[in-house]
Amino acid sequence: MSEELSHPLEDYLRRRMIPHIWCEGCGNGTILNCFIMALNELKLDPNKVVVVSGIGCIGRISGYTNTDSYHTTHGRAIAFATGVKLAKPELKVVVISGDGDLFAIGGNHFIHAARRNLDIPVICANNFNYGMTGGQYGPTTPLNAWTTTTPYGNVEHPFNLVHLAAASGAVYVARWTTLHVRRLTESIKKALQKEGFSFIEVITPCPEIYGRYNKMRTGMDMMNWFKQASEIQHYSDPAKAEITPEKIIIGEFVDMEKPSYGRLLSEMIAQVQRKKGEGNR
Amino acid sequence: MAEKSRAVLSGVHFMNGDIACAEGAIAAGCQFFAGYPITPATEVAERMAERMPEVGGVYIQMEDELASMAAVIGASYAGVKAMTATSGPGFSLMQENIGLAAMTETPCVIVNIMRGGPSTGQPTMAGQQDVMQAKWGSHGDYEIIALAPSSVQEMFDLTIEAFNLSETYRVPVIVLADEVVGHMSERIVIPTPDKIGVIDRKKPRVSPKEYLPFKPDEDLVPPMACFGEGYRFYATGLTHDEMGLPRTSSPKAQQRIVQRICDKIRKNADNIIMTKETMLEDAEIAVVAYGITARSALSAVRKAREMGVKAGLFRLVTLWPFPDRLIGKMAEQAHSIVVPEMNCGQIVREVERAAKKTPVTFLPKLGGEPHRPVEILEAIRRTY
Repeated sequence: MSEELSHPLEDYLRRRMIPHIWCEGCGNGTILNCFIMALNELKLDPNKVVVVSGIGCIGRISGYTNTDSYHTTHGRAIAFATGVKLAKPELKVVVISGDGDLFAIGGNHFIHAARRNLDIPVICANNFNYGMTGGQYGPTTPLNAWTTTTPYGNVEHPFNLVHLAAASGAVYVARWTTLHVRRLTESIKKALQKEGFSFIEVITPCPEIYGRYNKMRTGMDMMNWFKQASEIQHYSDPAKAEITPEKIIIGEFVDMEKPSYGRLLSEMIAQVQRKKGEGNR
Repeated sequence: MAEKSRAVLSGVHFMNGDIACAEGAIAAGCQFFAGYPITPATEVAERMAERMPEVGGVYIQMEDELASMAAVIGASYAGVKAMTATSGPGFSLMQENIGLAAMTETPCVIVNIMRGGPSTGQPTMAGQQDVMQAKWGSHGDYEIIALAPSSVQEMFDLTIEAFNLSETYRVPVIVLADEVVGHMSERIVIPTPDKIGVIDRKKPRVSPKEYLPFKPDEDLVPPMACFGEGYRFYATGLTHDEMGLPRTSSPKAQQRIVQRICDKIRKNADNIIMTKETMLEDAEIAVVAYGITARSALSAVRKAREMGVKAGLFRLVTLWPFPDRLIGKMAEQAHSIVVPEMNCGQIVREVERAAKKTPVTFLPKLGGEPHRPVEILEAIRRTY
């Protein structure tokens, strides 16, 4: 054969990095798939997209996307992305990272980027634990769940991420699971086009690490939980969307308009320059 | 971007050191400042908040120093000259991402206006206690460059130099000033833009397909593509190969990257190091000093000469990489060396190491006030 067959999305993947490191049954590949589908459907120029990630299993995603990409220190993806976006506002800067990275060690950066209404989408892979280090509890681990550092059950209350994002000022907030690939892709497209800070929580299975301690040993077990428990309730109160074993409320929680930090900043700079120019005349 | 003429405030000024530092950054082409307020570096931030919009740049006040340093690296990777300014406690927080900047070879400038530590210590008083932290503050092996200004003029000049060195070697450069130099006001001459040498990072000379983001040239420094230029590259704080891809279990990859990020500074040390030698030609006693301490030392050396004591001053302008060779050469002639420092003994250890057999007298000063010239003069006389 003279012509090599290629997948339509191949240009979005950094081939030298494939195969990926993720476990069987992990949902991170689904998130990567939905993300590059969204880029493709929006016909975004990959030369103008920057993917930034932190540390953890999903943190490796910036290596797999064939865009400019950067793998930061633990928790600092949003802070790094802030510098990129402000320095080159014409770039589409996306943060994709995990629940521990974004909400434990990086929690401060998340709430402040949301407050500023920085022009970036943040996609959080929530697998309820620290997978990369072998399954310790984190800021989203459900009460009573078992992990390697909650051998007697978790006695800490978890964050409700969509509530946190909404309260911090995000203009677009959604939650999906990796079962909802079409809706997730549409949601990512929406976030990529939104002015301001958008946040998508993706509940993702971690059967190898989290699931095995919590009676969901396979990817199918975890997906079955998502299927049974998830319920789409668009624009419901994010404060009441806590994840329980019985119910995972999904959908869009917030979709509003608010001038972004980038817009206000560039308007301010333009105004200063105008005044300075007048003063010089 | 604004015209260069508006960016550079050419002329004679009476200016505060922190403000001169901000003006130096702007003259060097800085277009991005991210920081967090902290005494005694706040004036750098305040000046940048006012001046960045004027020159078409960005000032952002981040939520902490961890974020400030991360944002600076992000801006630099986006192709913009970037800096932050802080003091001891904030410098400690920045160490995490200074390591990331070293590992991903990011041109950037960190200004540390040193106050007294440890911990919150003496916010409004001077210290020279972060000298070793500047060199060794982040974990792992790496090299940085640190410059120690002694005057308001040098706050301007050395901040430009810091940007130029960071762009040349793709390395974080630290302007390691002290509270006295940061807060005092002096006469300063800002040259016209055509008299200011500005260096920009070297760009790839190959197509995106052939580009290896961490493949060095002969000077051990890799050309740097930036985001949005079509190179579509990947950078990570993990141990990586020339392609930039993680090679965390490869002893060879680890050896190569760590050795190179150290060697690109060590092997270029002679081109980096700046010192200022005064009356050392026939000196029997040499004072080695930096920052504000060097000003007191100069006064002491002059007094000693008036008294017939053959004293001279070796001023460290570059603290890191340390001028081993130059100190060694100087020590061959001097009978003894005096090192005054506003700490419990930091650069003196380097001097002792480089001076080999020549006896070194350490003159510490804690409390937040600089040495008085008479204190250094006394030490010179005691060792004579």
